[in-house]
Amino acid sequence: MRTDDLHLHVRGESTYVDDLPSPAGCLVALPVGSPEAHGRITKLDVGGALGGSEVVTVLTAADIPGQNQIGAIIQDEPLLAAEEVHHVGQPVALVLAESLAAARAARKQVVLEIDPLPAVLDPREAAAQGQLLQPARTFAIGDVDAAWESCAVVAEGRVETGAQEHFYLETQSALAVPQEDRTLLVHSSTQGPTAVQKAVSLALDVPMHAVEVDVRRLGGAFGGKEDQATPWACLAALGADHTRRPVRLVLDRADDVVMTGKRHPYSSDFRIGLDGDGKVLAYEVTYYQNAGAAADLSTAILERSLFHSTGSYHVPNVKATAFSCRTNITPNTAFRGFGGPQAMFVIEAALEKGARALGKPLHQVQRANLLNEGDVFPYGMHTEDCKAIRCWEEADAVFGFADLTAAAARHNAAHAGTKKGVAVMPVCFGISFTNTALNQARALVHVYHDGSVNVSTGAVEMGQGVNRKMRSIVAGVFGIDTGRIRLDTTNTGRVANTSPTAASTGSDLNGAAAKLAAEMVCARLLQVAAKKLDADTGELAIAGGIVVRDGAPTELGWDELVQAAYWSRTDLSAHAHFATPDLHFDKTSEKGRPFAYHVYGTAVTEVTVDCLRGTYRVDAVRLVHDLGRSIDLATDRGQIEGGLVQGIGWLTLEESDHDSEGRLRHDTASKYKVPDFDSVPNVMDVRLLEDPNGRAVLGSKAVGEPPFMYGIGAWFALWDALRAAKPDLNAVHTAPLTPERMLLLLAGEED
Amino acid sequence: MMELRLLLNDRPVVLRAAAGRSTLSWLRETRELTGTKEGCAEGECGACAVLLGEPTADGIAYCAVPACLLPLGELAGRHLVTIEGLNHPDGLGPVQQALVDQGAPQCGFCFPGIVVALTGYFLTCGRPDPVAAVAALDGNICRCTGYASTVRAVENICRELAPHLNATSTRVADLVTARVLPGHLNAAPRALSALAADAGSAPAATLVGGGTDLLVQRPDELAAAEVVFASCRPDLRTITRDLTDLIIGGAVTVSELGRHPDVAACLPDAPEMAARFGSTLVRNRATVAGNLVNASPIADLAILLLAHDAELVLERDGGARRLPLRAFYRGYKDIDLAPGEIVAAVRVRPPAAGTVTNFEKISKRRNLDIASVNGAAVLRVDNDAFAAADLTVGGVAPVPFVAVKTAAFLVGKPVTAKTLHAAADVLDQEIAPIDDVRGSARYKRLAARRILFAHALKTAPNLLSVEAFV
Repeated sequence: MRTDDLHLHVRGESTYVDDLPSPAGCLVALPVGSPEAHGRITKLDVGGALGGSEVVTVLTAADIPGQNQIGAIIQDEPLLAAEEVHHVGQPVALVLAESLAAARAARKQVVLEIDPLPAVLDPREAAAQGQLLQPARTFAIGDVDAAWESCAVVAEGRVETGAQEHFYLETQSALAVPQEDRTLLVHSSTQGPTAVQKAVSLALDVPMHAVEVDVRRLGGAFGGKEDQATPWACLAALGADHTRRPVRLVLDRADDVVMTGKRHPYSSDFRIGLDGDGKVLAYEVTYYQNAGAAADLSTAILERSLFHSTGSYHVPNVKATAFSCRTNITPNTAFRGFGGPQAMFVIEAALEKGARALGKPLHQVQRANLLNEGDVFPYGMHTEDCKAIRCWEEADAVFGFADLTAAAARHNAAHAGTKKGVAVMPVCFGISFTNTALNQARALVHVYHDGSVNVSTGAVEMGQGVNRKMRSIVAGVFGIDTGRIRLDTTNTGRVANTSPTAASTGSDLNGAAAKLAAEMVCARLLQVAAKKLDADTGELAIAGGIVVRDGAPTELGWDELVQAAYWSRTDLSAHAHFATPDLHFDKTSEKGRPFAYHVYGTAVTEVTVDCLRGTYRVDAVRLVHDLGRSIDLATDRGQIEGGLVQGIGWLTLEESDHDSEGRLRHDTASKYKVPDFDSVPNVMDVRLLEDPNGRAVLGSKAVGEPPFMYGIGAWFALWDALRAAKPDLNAVHTAPLTPERMLLLLAGEED
Repeated sequence: MMELRLLLNDRPVVLRAAAGRSTLSWLRETRELTGTKEGCAEGECGACAVLLGEPTADGIAYCAVPACLLPLGELAGRHLVTIEGLNHPDGLGPVQQALVDQGAPQCGFCFPGIVVALTGYFLTCGRPDPVAAVAALDGNICRCTGYASTVRAVENICRELAPHLNATSTRVADLVTARVLPGHLNAAPRALSALAADAGSAPAATLVGGGTDLLVQRPDELAAAEVVFASCRPDLRTITRDLTDLIIGGAVTVSELGRHPDVAACLPDAPEMAARFGSTLVRNRATVAGNLVNASPIADLAILLLAHDAELVLERDGGARRLPLRAFYRGYKDIDLAPGEIVAAVRVRPPAAGTVTNFEKISKRRNLDIASVNGAAVLRVDNDAFAAADLTVGGVAPVPFVAVKTAAFLVGKPVTAKTLHAAADVLDQEIAPIDDVRGSARYKRLAARRILFAHALKTAPNLLSVEAFV
């Protein structure tokens, strides 16, 4: 089965954009970024850069034939800055040269003078100055104001969560190749081929049909290539259109880290009220999202924060308000969880503080408030087939929360130098694009007359295994081996108007479309078979590559059937469309049914802190995850483990911030630390709750994002250990909890 | 530009190139061997791992190194094996198969490097051990998988290969038999010896160690410079002992240092230092002299050797002088090294009997990270008092810092928590850390104190209790 990506990966034969052979005459493009966070461009002189014989040209905003605008939701982001710069690294020019070395040398010769303007880096300060991307949005249910007085305790606090660099191993890349009649083929490492196609067409002022975007696979994305692959593809296309030569643009790691956005830092205020039994009666929260210098996907991300403001809990009285704040850092963007993790961290922090005020163990308070069947979310949707309690109970039964807590307490009583901590983290995550219109997908299935099958969908393979799932789905419909099926590239010429592969929906949407398309061809094949076998189509099916009649194999095999169909002039191709049913949301009332379903799960995390050095280890994460019926178990397990570790990274090691001038401090791979082999939990015990889901293809459930939020448990387990060492410590809900912050807290030098 | 001959996978190659250019860009841009991936180009991700083979008396010795930190000049007369050179014409080797069986790769970008690094482990290990094999992946970053599936695969591979691997002297042949390596590796020693000798390098060329920092900090300069690599000087690559000292050649790699029995015997804290230094891939390139000459205030090896009061052997034009390492560092990146002079060797006197040595490193990530603060101690306790003390601290001054005053304060004092807290106050006066990306000055001061306490706890566990220090 040489068509499987895994075989290619381990042989180094998988092709990513930068592995494509250079077409004849290919140029190298290198963007010139702003050195200042905010200012007016007073001089942009590219003359000095043109000196080298290998330098072809340097393009600026004036060279863009169409719109100098790539903002997808709000039109506020130029492709190349013309008059002002709004963040460090913002592209202002594009060097085109015969070689990378020449482009690097030329870039140093571009003269860019900027008259600095005050830079705002803090989202609360931006909000105070009225720098908002949109008016504040509020999700509310019940009456919080009336509820406070019936609470036994009310706790308040402030929460800070940090940025997170995607650190996809393959950096942003594009290769644009001019075709005849001013059309372009663009190879882009993007999650959104149609977004790239549209942006290129607008920048070059050509119709979308003049731009073909092709995506084989991505070397990781995690949301970082949903919107932010677009500028690089547009710049490569601009260069190719301008020079009529192929142009390759591959950011090196240092440029990628500085020039692309990250997970949004949030600064939040909460107020939570509980009754004497630990039931949450009221929750009020305000989020200040640090959006960066342009909207990108920030408003959509903010919306998901609001959807997940109450985490896995039912709260009768809620008021959640969210500000999307414009600042002078690189526009922040989608990252696994899409605003959900930030909001879930805040409700967990609120519960932690509330439980402490009440003098109850946190996990008891968490358990008392878990969502139950039929509970209503602040956005008006009711839970259906709710698994929050079931996951929790199964995890408790298998792993024994009380035993783990008691073991940690025993250790802590006996050891001064190390402390152990335990935390339980329940997850509830809504599946669907919250922009209802995006919940559509298409697929194109060709059966060639030798019996091999080619499938194109709108889904982009980026390591999440969507192609494996597609193969499995189509093979299931046709009753043939997956080895007969090949997933073609994601190409705007074959499948049009794609939604980005995002929001964990890739296989739900595209899998459903692929299934429909395969079923259409299969139905035609069975008609041919019925004629040949003199049977009724209702009696027939294909299984194991053979037509079966009432369950018994016939002599008609797949290859012969396909041949017969072709020779009888049967259409062996089908294109199908799928739109998730029953979705609606009214942004005026902020009520509706935005999600097809929710994914649930519960993790328990154990950590050990070295109280002398402030370093720590995550000893174990054990979890029960609500998976539906798995289409590909190894893929799903990989998503759960990978998401979990990314989540732990966000809250522990991964620190990304700016100096007072708006320059990124952690600006290289040697300064930004993602989890490595050594820093992951010693034990990752993943148990699956397999129960078919009625609302997605083949009973499956989306798996991309939800596991990320198990990582939040690592922060609270570290906090638990810290409090074992320093019982009087007051909550400082700031993430990441780096070894630096840990040691300062242990020493009482930070509050 | 230099002309050099090498064996690239199964082919001899003659190449004219700048000696200082990175092998990664040459492989990808010139040779179109794109299985070797660029993830960071600074030795931080392992996606570009390749095997570098050097002829020895009985074959070729291979190790895995990052191609981004491998200057082309190092390829002369060597065997360079990329992922393409590890592939069988068809099908998968057992390392690859085990990874596929676990569904380990996701986006796939880092897996060629993981396959190469694992193969490097099996080429050099004793008996395959899953823990050590995973440790050998300390230079490989994967952002998708959370590593668990790869760890499961490594456990399976180790189990599968253990019966087939005999002595390391027959390792290549054993791995060919086990299909971990394709057959052409058996023919490599002959093919390598058949390469014509290279022309000598320019006499004025600058001698460079591994180049692991130069290729990150000054790649364009290195590519433009006339350089020659210390690995071509066998006399600089030995570890020997004389009557008094351990003598470590300047071109010895940190890997060689970390596993040499004489080093472990003389400097018990050296293996721990080596294990925390960079990653396996980087340690296979980084040299002793390079780490010392680079003069980073946080250099792990410098911090260790300064605590042992090591002495440098500096050579120029056939002449040599000796200089205490403590006199070598004059200011930030300012060293006592004349033009044309090289660090030929380091001489270290093993600590006296009864002395305890300890190396500590506090970094954000335990492995493959630069320390926020590191420190080494050579301490001796007699009659419950400090009889001798040498202390160094990195990351707290413009140079790798020798805490002379703190050490002097300790000598003669009873080993008590009170003494150590007072000593920590002296240390706090002595050091001058600054806020930077490795941590705030406040944090570094605190970490330096805690490192001092950790040294003392290791030295006199019966006299001190951790309660007094947390």
